[in-house]
Amino acid sequence: MADLLRQMPCAADFFTTLGLAIPPAEQSPAAYFVSLDAELLEDLGLEREGLEERFFAFIGLLESLQAGRSNALIESITILGGHDKSGRPEEFDLTIRPGEIVSIVGPTGSGKSRFLADIEWLAQGDTPTGRSVLINGELPDPGLRFSIDRKLVAQLSQNMNFVMDLSAEEFVTMHAESRMIEDPPGVTRTIIDLANELAGERFSPQTPVTALSGGQSRALMIADTSCLSTSPIVLIDEIENAGIDRKRAVRTLVDRNKIVLMATHDPILALMGDRRLVFKNGGISTVITTSPAERANLVRFEEMDARLNAVRHALRNGEMIEDI
Amino acid sequence: MRLVTVAGPPSSGKTAVTIKAIASLHREGVRVGVVKFDSLSTQDQSLYEKQGIAVTTGLSGNLCPDHFFVSNASDCLSWGKELGFDLLVIESAGLCNRCAPHIQGVLAVCVIDNLSGVDTPKKIGPMLKMADVVVVTKGDIVSQAEREVFAHRVRQVNTSAVILHVNGLTGQGGHELGRLLLDAPETTDLEGKLLRFSMPAALCSYCLGQRRIGSDYQMGNVKKMDFPKGEPCTP
Ligand SMILES: Nc1nc2c(ncn2[C@@H]2O[C@H](COP(=O)(O)OP(=O)(O)OP(=O)(O)O)[C@@H](O)[C@H]2O)c(=O)[nH]1
Ligand SMILES: [Zn+2]
Ligand SMILES: [Zn+2]
Repeated sequence: MADLLRQMPCAADFFTTLGLAIPPAEQSPAAYFVSLDAELLEDLGLEREGLEERFFAFIGLLESLQAGRSNALIESITILGGHDKSGRPEEFDLTIRPGEIVSIVGPTGSGKSRFLADIEWLAQGDTPTGRSVLINGELPDPGLRFSIDRKLVAQLSQNMNFVMDLSAEEFVTMHAESRMIEDPPGVTRTIIDLANELAGERFSPQTPVTALSGGQSRALMIADTSCLSTSPIVLIDEIENAGIDRKRAVRTLVDRNKIVLMATHDPILALMGDRRLVFKNGGISTVITTSPAERANLVRFEEMDARLNAVRHALRNGEMIEDI
Repeated sequence: MRLVTVAGPPSSGKTAVTIKAIASLHREGVRVGVVKFDSLSTQDQSLYEKQGIAVTTGLSGNLCPDHFFVSNASDCLSWGKELGFDLLVIESAGLCNRCAPHIQGVLAVCVIDNLSGVDTPKKIGPMLKMADVVVVTKGDIVSQAEREVFAHRVRQVNTSAVILHVNGLTGQGGHELGRLLLDAPETTDLEGKLLRFSMPAALCSYCLGQRRIGSDYQMGNVKKMDFPKGEPCTP
């Protein structure tokens, strides 16, 4: 036991999460499970039979988490078109690669969440849309469907809030520890610094996450997801009013080699995308590639946005808004 | 007929996700029935009915709903067979975090929600630890980091279950849950089948209706706490 715990300190979590004492150093796992008091097990809702098997499954899980950091390389995700609600075929095959931005547009209920669910479930023609998903150009391993540490999509949306009673620092550290990465304090510092760069107003590592402003929360979520989430795809759902540097936030994710899917009708964000998927009646009706003319317009939208922001700033400072 | 037990803490979203999964199965023509177990009263009957789902309710009154369910399990199965369902879902409110309706050889689903906090998976007994499918709800209102930590904690206490995120409001993930429910093994008879874990001994005088406090009134399976010794406080 002592050897095992030395090599893998996290193995002790198995016992503490089940409410068991850490086994004495000289005892083997099997001997420990045999020695446990029947009444104690009954109280904890555990069965002696199977405990050892569960313990080794847990060790296997830790090993795969540690190994998962290096592999799980995704070079491309391909979505083979299915059909919309009326059965009209979607005429496209879409391949997306890390570092790309794809915008998603269309009214609510037009099939955007089903699209994400198809990716997440690695649809193989077995969902209501009939779409199929390939990874690196090939049929994915079916086990991937249920693997929580290799989930394909991470989500960030306007409705999401922090609910935990922890400081920003404790919060990020807890997330880092659950990922079993090497230097949780270092990563935590990086993430909090990054979040502070993205948020307009600074916050300290000691600020409780529930006390962060909307913009600060969004900034922390983006910084945390870009550094700690294993999911290769990040879905951003309507972050326009968050009061953060939106462009910078999206760039942060792209720089970390994420595929960014953005459901937005904010022209600045939507035109940042290399392509945009137009949803109608439960299906993708068109895939538009952002044209050079659109890109050129983006510059003008940014100017307009900067001007509006200046006015907001002036309002906040109690100035008159007469010359614009 | 296929049989599934769905359990989970109060208000975790059991009814919401079950309805979404069944809606998806209905579209494929699968006939599904539901038996809902609760203690005092439940709105769930009408929630299911509104969606056109065949449902009946068992109110356990002063018994634990899970104990009450086991005493009626075979009758549930007969009801389902009589009405010719392809799939029967038994939903039971886990009130004590210690009982579980899960039966060996019957697909066991546990529903827990992200809002209940990252320490919750540790606190829930066999209902979670012995489930085959763990459905995690309310991911739409917490951060990605919290969802990831929560799922990791679930994985720590149940290394083998399929963990699935379902949104009880929008139904995202409901179709996928429906697929998993349809994979449940055929159950023709429950006579002689085993619960996955024994339910806690409920055999003290208070189980039998005693209300008066004091050692003279305590009988049967009574367990006493140990209190630490210490110096009395000085004023
Ligand atoms: N935001 C959000 N709310 C949800 C979700 N799932 C369920 N709810 C809500 O949570 C509340 C409880 O859901 P129910 O389905 O009644 O929970 P239950 O486990 O069946 O409850 P009992 O049977 O009464 O113990 C309802 O108001 C649901 O609308 C979800 O994924 N997201
Ligand atoms: Zn009980
Ligand atoms: Zn009792």
